Amino acid sequence: MPLIKNGEFADDNWILVGDEDELPADTPVIVSAARWQAERETLLGRNAPLGVKLEAGEAPELIADDLDRFQLVAVNFPAFKDGRGFSYASLLRDRYGFDGEVRAVGEVLRDQWSLMVRCGFDAFDVADGTKIDAFKEALGEFSHVYQATGDGKKTVWQLRHGG
Amino acid sequence: MYRYDEFDHTLVKERVTQFRGQVERRLAGDITEDQFKPLRLMNGVYLQLHAYMLRVAVPYGTLSGKQMHMLADIATKYDKGYGHFTTRQNIQYNWPALSDIPAILDDLASVEMHAIQTSGNCIRNVTSDQYAGAAAGEVDDPRIWSEIIRQWSTFHPEFTFLPRKFKFAVCGMNEDRAAIRFHDIGIEVVKGKDGAPAFDIYVGGGQGRTPMIGHLIGEAVPAVDLIAYLESIMRVYNMNGRRDNLYKARIKILVHALGAEEMKRQVEEEFVHVKEKGVVNLPEEEIARIRAYFAPPAYEALPDESSALNEAMADNKKFADWVKTNVAEHKADGYAIANISLKPVGGVAGDASDDQMHVMADLATQYSFDELRVTHEQNIVLAHVKKDDLFALWQGLEKAALGTPNLALITDHIVCPGLDYCALANARSIPISQEIAERFNDLDRQHNIGELKVKISGCINACGHHHVGHIGILGVDKKGTEFYQISLGGSADENASVGDILGPAFTEDEIADAIETIVETYIKIRQEGERFIETYRRVGKEPFKETLYATH
Repeated sequence: MPLIKNGEFADDNWILVGDEDELPADTPVIVSAARWQAERETLLGRNAPLGVKLEAGEAPELIADDLDRFQLVAVNFPAFKDGRGFSYASLLRDRYGFDGEVRAVGEVLRDQWSLMVRCGFDAFDVADGTKIDAFKEALGEFSHVYQATGDGKKTVWQLRHGG
Repeated sequence: MYRYDEFDHTLVKERVTQFRGQVERRLAGDITEDQFKPLRLMNGVYLQLHAYMLRVAVPYGTLSGKQMHMLADIATKYDKGYGHFTTRQNIQYNWPALSDIPAILDDLASVEMHAIQTSGNCIRNVTSDQYAGAAAGEVDDPRIWSEIIRQWSTFHPEFTFLPRKFKFAVCGMNEDRAAIRFHDIGIEVVKGKDGAPAFDIYVGGGQGRTPMIGHLIGEAVPAVDLIAYLESIMRVYNMNGRRDNLYKARIKILVHALGAEEMKRQVEEEFVHVKEKGVVNLPEEEIARIRAYFAPPAYEALPDESSALNEAMADNKKFADWVKTNVAEHKADGYAIANISLKPVGGVAGDASDDQMHVMADLATQYSFDELRVTHEQNIVLAHVKKDDLFALWQGLEKAALGTPNLALITDHIVCPGLDYCALANARSIPISQEIAERFNDLDRQHNIGELKVKISGCINACGHHHVGHIGILGVDKKGTEFYQISLGGSADENASVGDILGPAFTEDEIADAIETIVETYIKIRQEGERFIETYRRVGKEPFKETLYATH
């Protein structure tokens, strides 16, 4: 699957490993929260970046104390209608101050990208054939926002009052 | 009323462009119907039994004359010459072509209107008190806070894919005409410790198949914290609301499962963090800016008593009847609140023709500071009419068949579209409403019965608010036949209650008789000056059950 990071296609050198899969050597891996908890020491002993994948229903609180161990948190969207991941990304950025990659994986619609970026996602697994222009266009559809999020964008409420 | 500035205008225009693109991608096959569905739904486009339906937002029910004229023009140009005002204070068009919808949205945008978030699992159009700014005893104008919530909730990045739809209602005083206790979040403006407006926040109310009264969890939340508090509730719900079962996904189910105390604790824990972040705080200058749009209109200094009104009432019984039912007290001397009933006997509750919309718009311009409100009971309000002008207003209404004098009487129903339009319905609602209205057509009889709110739904989703009807009627389907179940004692106001189901359901042929039996029972047992709901609360359902089922 192609990866878009910070608005451009990017090489994806991360490997998502299943809970039963063998850990590849010296390669960045993404593991489930369950595997992280079960194999913490082994995972920390590896000589490569580590990422964790949150499923819908696994709020960031689950890994909050360990966030400095991860360079990446993937948030899975089992269905585009399942919006829990929007809150997860907001919490990772605003509450827990995570500054690694927050990647949206699973079923994500074009029309969700701009909202996701506002919540703190900076990377997206996208469908084959996705055009980068479509991504940029989707992010540029609205000039202004009413809500403050961690992205620091000035809100309409601020702009109206010289803020 | 509120006017868009460049920011609001830009956003709505960009939304039309975005939706046009979504429609094009759907027509080109780039996205499936399943993927298009949440996008069109977020813009008020439903697929009904016969056609697409477009629901247009009327934020907190407030419209200018110009906007009402545009709604009429859209009905003429793109629909069959009428529109339907809904319990969300919105308007629905039942017959637009999908390909026309971007053009309709352009027309709406030209008068500062849109269809944003009138459906879908997002924060819906905020509703409010139709007497806002006109009722005596108001703590603050609820439209100010409704507008603030409208802006905050528009394309909220975090809360646009919620477990289920989410409805806010705001009222500005302890007399509740906005049914705040039957909303996902209901807000009552109260006086804070410092005397400034603060907010009592109810959560987890709702109707549908599991009617529940909201719980007060936030007491006198100060204005500076309002948005942070609401974000906290939304986040708790977004993360923890059920997503495995459509019928258990509303916040009321979460509140019920957790208990109100635990819900409050979780919200307050979240609130501490959200507030710490600080960025969602509502700027004072912004409150003041929005407040200025809702400043009282320039009332003339008038005596409270109007001799012109008194004379006209003495001369014309029909007019006097209308004043008696459809006109309410106004806070300013010499002014009154005029209700326009959209419930003529034989009509469809909430429907208005294009011509009628034009008439209401013109009358609003002439007599009520160019402003109209849609009520959640599917009527229209002109909120600031000089008593001296009431007779002329009424004559204008009468000419357009808009002078029906039945507000809150037994022929003024809330009615869902039912099986005549709706893909979800089990039974028809509109013909049942018409039959009851015809049965009680006699105005003297209606007046003798007094306030009696009949609410009719064609399925358990309860769009016709039957749970909160003094008399509620629910259409059900039993092996292909429509039956109607009656409940009594519901109320959507500050004394909120859910109606009690009386007993076995009635067929279409029996329902008007059944209602008549209930009404006659009430008349027999009521005490002096007692409204139906008061009698019911005093005696309970037994006397009604006895007479209703005695003959069966």
